[in-house]
Amino acid sequence: MNIKHSTYHRALEITENICIGCSHCIKVCPTEALRVFGGKAGIHADWCIDCGECYRVCPTRAIRVMDDDFNKIFDYKHRVLLVPSVFFAQFSESVPRESIYNIIGELGFTEVCAVEQSVDSLIDEINEYVKIEEKPVISSFCPAVIRLIQVRFPSLVDHIMKLLPPIEITAQYYKKRFERDGISDNDYGIFYLTPCIGKIAAVKSPVGGYTSPIHGVLNMDYFYNKVYLAYKQRIPITKTIIINSELSSKGVLFPTTGGESSHIKGKTLAIDGMKNVIDFLEMLENEEIKNVDFLEIRACDESCAGGILSHRNRFLTADSLRSIASKIPDTHNLVDKYKNYCSAVVHMDKIEPRSMVKYDRDIEIAIKKMENARELKLMFPGIDCGACGAPSCEALAEDVVRGQADINACIFLRTIFEKRGEITIKEAIKIMEEIWGKERFDKND
Amino acid sequence: MHFEYKVEGGDFTLAGYASSQIKKTLKQLGVDPAVIKRVVVALYEAEVNIVAHAYRGVINADIQPGGITLILVDEGPGIPDVEMAMKKGFSTASPQVREMGFGAGMGLPNISENADSLSIETEVGSGTTLTIVINFK
Ligand code: SF4
Ligand code: SF4
Repeated sequence: MNIKHSTYHRALEITENICIGCSHCIKVCPTEALRVFGGKAGIHADWCIDCGECYRVCPTRAIRVMDDDFNKIFDYKHRVLLVPSVFFAQFSESVPRESIYNIIGELGFTEVCAVEQSVDSLIDEINEYVKIEEKPVISSFCPAVIRLIQVRFPSLVDHIMKLLPPIEITAQYYKKRFERDGISDNDYGIFYLTPCIGKIAAVKSPVGGYTSPIHGVLNMDYFYNKVYLAYKQRIPITKTIIINSELSSKGVLFPTTGGESSHIKGKTLAIDGMKNVIDFLEMLENEEIKNVDFLEIRACDESCAGGILSHRNRFLTADSLRSIASKIPDTHNLVDKYKNYCSAVVHMDKIEPRSMVKYDRDIEIAIKKMENARELKLMFPGIDCGACGAPSCEALAEDVVRGQADINACIFLRTIFEKRGEITIKEAIKIMEEIWGKERFDKND
Repeated sequence: MHFEYKVEGGDFTLAGYASSQIKKTLKQLGVDPAVIKRVVVALYEAEVNIVAHAYRGVINADIQPGGITLILVDEGPGIPDVEMAMKKGFSTASPQVREMGFGAGMGLPNISENADSLSIETEVGSGTTLTIVINFK
């Protein structure tokens, strides 16, 4: 296979020397963006939607999240960490919140802020938006869902709400505050602790003609370990930190399933989990779903409680969030301040589809190639064994007509060709080694 | 490029299969999403019509660089009054009207709205053939 063996993508990277080419990832990718060749997995970067499904199943942790280096924070004098509510739900309730804040300060941040501070005013904006826009309005909260729609459901892009997600509104709020206080651009750094790679992609290459004021994104799993270790080791606290923890129960629950839709007027639905999301969008695209005003759609099962960088069990995390929310009021002190300026910054432009060119941009050529692929598919056994390095027989057929794989990559056809004397055993083994890597077969000698 | 799908009357679980498959194909060919939407809406409506009102049918789809032609042939009651069935608002007609045998024409205005051309051949007591053409450009 001569697929451009790209191992780099904005939000994730496959570390070649750790990847064992086990092919687990190629089976779960919702856009079939992964292939194994030369014993290693590679990504079609254009097709990847940053959902992280591949990361979840990788048994060797070869898929690396492209988060920013922690030390980048020290480039700035004022170092702000935007902390999502799921972060606190990673800890057991016996770990005092105060200690967590102090450790974050000790690790180098000068200020922490709650990400979902902007949720209360955002909810009002969404309710206004839903009143006037074409329905159903699809929430813009989950970046993996936005990208899935761009790539696989282009006809639905216009339904995606053209309002920024809470993280961006909060980031804008603090940027404004620094500006107001006359602090120079080079002196403050806003960092975001992310529960998923989708949010990394969303900050680094946002949609809707927007540029994020966030300077860097940190991996929540990595940071949790850092904080918890410091807690366990009882590191001495020598620094002070400014705490902007204002948050309502709505804010705490916003990243959980139903935490958004339950505040929107009209008929709403909350859908979570990649498979459910795809099934539902399929129906929506067929116009089988009628009379729904608002859709909260999240790529992860249990929404962000099930984010790939959330180390704790998703149900326990969600339960923790509910328990935290039950102890606080449903509004907070900064709500009015946010309201004052939220409507000025919350809007973004239309989101464009991102077409996944399967065959060719020229439809005439595309039809011819697709016809060839259909014929090929009939020759393949149809069991989607993956021994060719592609996720399915259909995907291999497509790769072959695109000139990115050889028909001999199919182990069944290869055996038939061998029997007919059309290729030698030596050639057949060479093909196998090309796909799965030579070393894998050495042990049997 | 040619595709054929069989449709069984009364099987709502499978209704929409042909439109989903055609949709997938058109997306892979890079057809404009707005056009795909029209194809899906028209085909889905026509497909459900067969399931709801006919005994069985066959959908033939022919995809060419310029557009798609869908021919839906059903064995069923036929449409007694095509002109009436084509009237807007008929699709929301009362159940009585449906019982009179007009059912098989339900949704025709919607199909017609989404198609570049629609032709209907029908014989009461025997069946209906719809030919839907939608251009890609
Ligand atoms: S992040 Fe998602 S879309 Fe991208 S390669 Fe992994 S599974 Fe596929
Ligand atoms: S549900 Fe939340 S954690 Fe999961 S991809 Fe979407 S935004 Fe990220």
